[in-house]
Amino acid sequence: MSNRAKLFIPVAFFFVMLGLLFYGLGQNPGEVPSALVNRPLPVFEEPDLFDATATISNEQLKGGIFLVNVWGTWCAPCHAEHPYLVEISEREKDITFVGVNYNDVAEDAREFLAERGNPFKLNISDDDGSLGIDFGVAGAPETFLIDATGTIRYKHVGVIDNRVWEDTFEPLLAEIRRTQ
Amino acid sequence: MRISMLIKACVLLLSVMWLTPAAAAAIEELNFDNDEQKARYSELIAELRCPKCLNSNLAGSDAPIAADLRAKIREQILAGNSDREIEDYLVERYGEFVLYKPRLHAGTFALWFGPPLLLLAGLFILRRMLAASRQTAVAPVDLNAQEQQQLNALLKDTSAGNSSDNSSDKKAGTDNG
Repeated sequence: MSNRAKLFIPVAFFFVMLGLLFYGLGQNPGEVPSALVNRPLPVFEEPDLFDATATISNEQLKGGIFLVNVWGTWCAPCHAEHPYLVEISEREKDITFVGVNYNDVAEDAREFLAERGNPFKLNISDDDGSLGIDFGVAGAPETFLIDATGTIRYKHVGVIDNRVWEDTFEPLLAEIRRTQ
Repeated sequence: MRISMLIKACVLLLSVMWLTPAAAAAIEELNFDNDEQKARYSELIAELRCPKCLNSNLAGSDAPIAADLRAKIREQILAGNSDREIEDYLVERYGEFVLYKPRLHAGTFALWFGPPLLLLAGLFILRRMLAASRQTAVAPVDLNAQEQQQLNALLKDTSAGNSSDNSSDKKAGTDNG
């Protein structure tokens, strides 16, 4: 290599580093890659929010498409998300909506759902956050899409709105519906 | 009068500052069977990252999930699980994101070996550059008589030029003065 060409090595190196920097800036650092995607649902058995004597287990989340939404009345973004969940639950009849009431007071949660509508067929009460840990939940809202084989196909961190639904959930749902 | 009030205010302020962390610590007053468990707990919560916060360990985070995970870690220590088992438990749920000390595997080679490799490459380049500059600098050239004369003439010229420049400067200076 000629000496002249060698002079360009540091410049090229600099641009590679610059490229990596811009790639890093484009990433959302809040988006933690989920360890559970493409893995089966965790095994659990937790109390029903509306019936403290009954329990709901992972066995009940099999044989169809399930959308598991982790929420709490203490979580402001969940309040913002709620009307949209009600709307899609009325539209997407083949999906079973499951609510995980996370780190919350059961009484407050029941009141909230009575007031603003209940999009969930199954309501799990996770008042100590232990189920949240098994789902790898870091906060609320988080939403998991589960296919008919009981496999977690996608985890969404943050509020689901129309844009998120159309851009990320619908393509995945189309794929799941095609293959099942 | 005023000074005594100031001192009183300072004492009050200090006592408040002293009490606050003590009160906060009291919320998580933890009992372990022995000091070894306590030390392991402190080490684990310092080395594991809070999944909600972008860059804070479990020990330093106020996020509810960090408190839940601290409780979970304590529970597992008391149950007799090893550090590795506790780390595996969290990695299984939250991914390697929670480890501040990433494990060594194909995906983390660049992370572990990149910096030392870059350092070695830098030292290598530095050595070559130094060697090259030494080679060009230390190469005395023997001049023949004619060349030596030429060189002397050139040196004389420049020193003469410099001195004449200096004198003209001085002259200009006196003129202005």
